[in-house]
Amino acid sequence: MNAEARGAMVLTAIIALILTVLPLPTYLALVRPAFLVLTVLYWSIASPRAGGIGLGFFAGLMLDVFQSPVLGEHALALCIITYIVVREHQKIRSKPAFQQSLIVFATLIFYETILFAIDGWTHHPLNNPLRWTHTVSGAIFWAPVAAVLNLTNDRRR
Amino acid sequence: MAFGTGASSARGGSPGFRFTLYAILSIVIMFLDQRGEYLEQIRYGLNIAAYPIELAVSSPSAAWRWIQESVATRDTLRAENARLITRNRELELRSMRYEALAKENDQLRGLQEALPPVAERWLIAEIVDIELNSLRQRVLINRGTRNGVFKGQAVLDDKGLLGQTTHVGPWDAEVILITDPEHAVPVQIERTGLRTIAVGTGDAASLALPYLPANADVKSGDVLLSSGLGGVFPAGYPVGRVVEVHRDAVQPLAQVRAIPFASMNIDREVMLVWFREGHPAAPVAAATGAKSGNANMQPQVAAHPKPAAPANNTAPTATAAPAAPSPGDAAAVTAPAKTPAKPVKPVAEPKDAEEGPPIEEDIPPKPEPKSPAPPKTTAELRDMQPSTRRWPG
Repeated sequence: MNAEARGAMVLTAIIALILTVLPLPTYLALVRPAFLVLTVLYWSIASPRAGGIGLGFFAGLMLDVFQSPVLGEHALALCIITYIVVREHQKIRSKPAFQQSLIVFATLIFYETILFAIDGWTHHPLNNPLRWTHTVSGAIFWAPVAAVLNLTNDRRR
Repeated sequence: MAFGTGASSARGGSPGFRFTLYAILSIVIMFLDQRGEYLEQIRYGLNIAAYPIELAVSSPSAAWRWIQESVATRDTLRAENARLITRNRELELRSMRYEALAKENDQLRGLQEALPPVAERWLIAEIVDIELNSLRQRVLINRGTRNGVFKGQAVLDDKGLLGQTTHVGPWDAEVILITDPEHAVPVQIERTGLRTIAVGTGDAASLALPYLPANADVKSGDVLLSSGLGGVFPAGYPVGRVVEVHRDAVQPLAQVRAIPFASMNIDREVMLVWFREGHPAAPVAAATGAKSGNANMQPQVAAHPKPAAPANNTAPTATAAPAAPSPGDAAAVTAPAKTPAKPVKPVAEPKDAEEGPPIEEDIPPKPEPKSPAPPKTTAELRDMQPSTRRWPG
């Protein structure tokens, strides 16, 4: 299971990364959810042993290359939230979809707060309130993203 | 394993252990990346790893453009060809007059021979269709170290300064635009020679000039040129135009907004430029040695701009372009009666629009005492302006 799980994980993470950097019109880009973060969260809940923190770290590094003025920023933020989610994965997994969305929303807020803090500490401040919009759209998109990722998961099992 | 809980039988230790490991690793990476250039190699490697994704994302649109180009009809191509030929003629005509002007200018300055242009070499790069952070003003271009691109290189488009490279990979480079809030470009107001800093606002259509005192001689319509300080951009390249000056009686500084000439959102092709070392108009590195020109720390250099005062020995040439009056300015000079008188010297009295600019021209200190330029020549100079110095926008 492990190799296959990792294959599916890496593949979906790459697709999510592509969705993250795909050029979109400005308005759409601002409400675009952080697909890679959602994917990492999904795998941390669904398969915490195979994915989780390591996946979060490497996904974060790739996000850093594309989006971040300082390397390691997204990596650290993703490490922290995946750690929390992996610890609580059984509780989260048993929740209905709506409550999961709320949990994801809270997690994304925390994630963005970490990024916001690091941006400030490293003197690359970004105070635009629009940076928080993706937390809302991420919560909304959580159910469909999880459903799509479930397909790859179910087929494998 | 002190922190381990949950799935503790996982490979590579418990979540707590892995978390500690990766978190420390990321913090170390951040620290090193922030502190210096230790991580350029790692960034370079990650950049190579990310390149396939970049290609995967940008190739569909590139392919679409290629198809559009390939199936362009004969008529379209002919029309475009005709347009380009006309444009080329126009530019040739302008450059002819420009050369004559430059020669005359050199004579006036008593230089023995004409200087070569400050731009030694340039390279066209294309902006890659990739979304970096949509809230920061950064773009990715498709040239990297393999093409000789270096960090902190000036990027221009056909209308003005666009930005500079920040991270350079083997085949691509990240460009921070002059409108990014973290970017500051040292500029000079063309009409007065006043030096200041233009800081990005995060909005692609606006620059801020936050370090001008409330009584500074600046008004809407003033053209901003790069001043050559800061070590990245050479002197005399167009940056933007002032559109809004707001003076508040209780504030010591004026709030000035400018729009950049370069079309940040529309550009597909940009130019990377290599400048001649030692050329008087070449970028001068600041004394602090800030090499990336990420001028966060540089505003202090020119925070208290002195009107046309010499900051360094490049001043005479650096002001060569600004000193020449442009048509808009000639008109503008006559307008402002409300401009507060400068403490140092009256830059342009409203009434003598004819003689105003020549006075300015002589203000930049020249090592050799020169008699004032013959008015006739200056008048000619002005006559030639309208066609030769038309700023876009």
